[in-house]
Amino acid sequence: MWRVRVDGACIGSGSCVGVAPGHFALGSDNRSRPLSDEIEPDEAILDAVASCPVEAITIEDADTGEPVEP
Amino acid sequence: MALQETAPTEEPIAFPFPPPSSLYEPSPEYAELRDRRPVTQVTLPDGKTAWLVTGHAEARQVMIDPRFSRKAASGPDTPKLGLAAADDSILGMDPPEHTRLRRLVASAFTARRVEELRPRVAKLVDELLDRVETLPRPVDLVENFSLPLPVQVICELLGVPATDRHVFHAWSDAVMNDWRADPAKSKEAIEELSRYFARLIAAKRAEPADDLMTALIAARDRDDKLSEHELVQLGLGLLIAGHETTANQINMFLLTLLRYPDELARLRTTPDDIPRAVEELMRFVQLGQGGGGLLRVTLEEVELGGVRLPAGAAVLPALLAANRDPRAFDQPDRLDLSRADNPHLGFGAGVHHCLGAQLARMELQEALRGLLRRLPGVRVTVPDSELRFKSGMTLRSLEALPVTW
Repeated sequence: MWRVRVDGACIGSGSCVGVAPGHFALGSDNRSRPLSDEIEPDEAILDAVASCPVEAITIEDADTGEPVEP
Repeated sequence: MALQETAPTEEPIAFPFPPPSSLYEPSPEYAELRDRRPVTQVTLPDGKTAWLVTGHAEARQVMIDPRFSRKAASGPDTPKLGLAAADDSILGMDPPEHTRLRRLVASAFTARRVEELRPRVAKLVDELLDRVETLPRPVDLVENFSLPLPVQVICELLGVPATDRHVFHAWSDAVMNDWRADPAKSKEAIEELSRYFARLIAAKRAEPADDLMTALIAARDRDDKLSEHELVQLGLGLLIAGHETTANQINMFLLTLLRYPDELARLRTTPDDIPRAVEELMRFVQLGQGGGGLLRVTLEEVELGGVRLPAGAAVLPALLAANRDPRAFDQPDRLDLSRADNPHLGFGAGVHHCLGAQLARMELQEALRGLLRRLPGVRVTVPDSELRFKSGMTLRSLEALPVTW
């Protein structure tokens, strides 16, 4: 399983919401957040990491805590 | 006017609206619609209908929600508004096709990469202003500052010789033109620019350099990540989008600041507020001629702002109106350069969120910093009524901006 995080650099561009719908949403604070803490590995999330204009998204292995992306 | 629950049966409103009387305020129709009915059916000049979305939350949903498609909006039967050139580019694609191309260029435009370019941009600003100071006044800011700055930056990033500026600028203007005005001219300009990029790509294949075009060529030749046509389209798209927009925002930012002398005076004493000021000016200033973002078409039935849109509906997010929505911004019609919470949609949102947003922000910050520091008494020497905009452009593009100080 992966653990996905969106850090404080988020500018709310909504890029990740469009690239990986179902995995991210914009909150009332106009920042993105992952929709669940732990998720099955999914190529769309790698796309979201690579598309983020401020590199605010990170993925780590939920068991080991090792970074998956970037 | 009383709010009518049966509003969909109302006579559709003609769009675009008549141009506003002031350069600094949107046409009043936007606010009336937004307050009454933020998702409204309008009639376009070709007789087709579209839904105009004037609320902030609703406009953002149109740009983020994948049920609103750019690809479906790029077909031959959909209404054509303004920048038709976008349809045959990455701006006319949906994921996953869009994602494949966007990933190839996204890393060159991240906040981190853009920060590395800041010292170079600050130096360019200083050099341009050094020269401006020596010129007889009034000085045309377009020719001598606001255009050459972003042209130089995007040329260096892409690896396009900035000395070719005079060659590609006329083509760039023709591409940015409203295609309804002169479709043949715009098409010809795209072809000229495509040939220019084909020559440039051939030269870079022979002699690779440390620039984005070389990296994209490697992505094609080594990894087969994009077609030759996509390579050419991406290159010329980046070149055009990378300078025309920023150049016009520098002009409009200065004009707007001069209209709010108290805010400008405060900014001079608190230059640390420049990044916030740039965000506020992005919210406040209208860049596009029509006040809209790019048209989308619904792939299925969607509920938007309480209105049920059928599949295949043309939907136009009105960024200008969304950026003045009182539900999203406190005192939205007030220019507040220290505004802290500013979720403006000046760069769009979703997968087509402006690729160059971080670069544009940084260039606009450095341009503003330079102008405030080096030309403290800067003023425009003609009244607004004498400012000339290039005709038929999709952007509000000034012919010239004569200034003195």
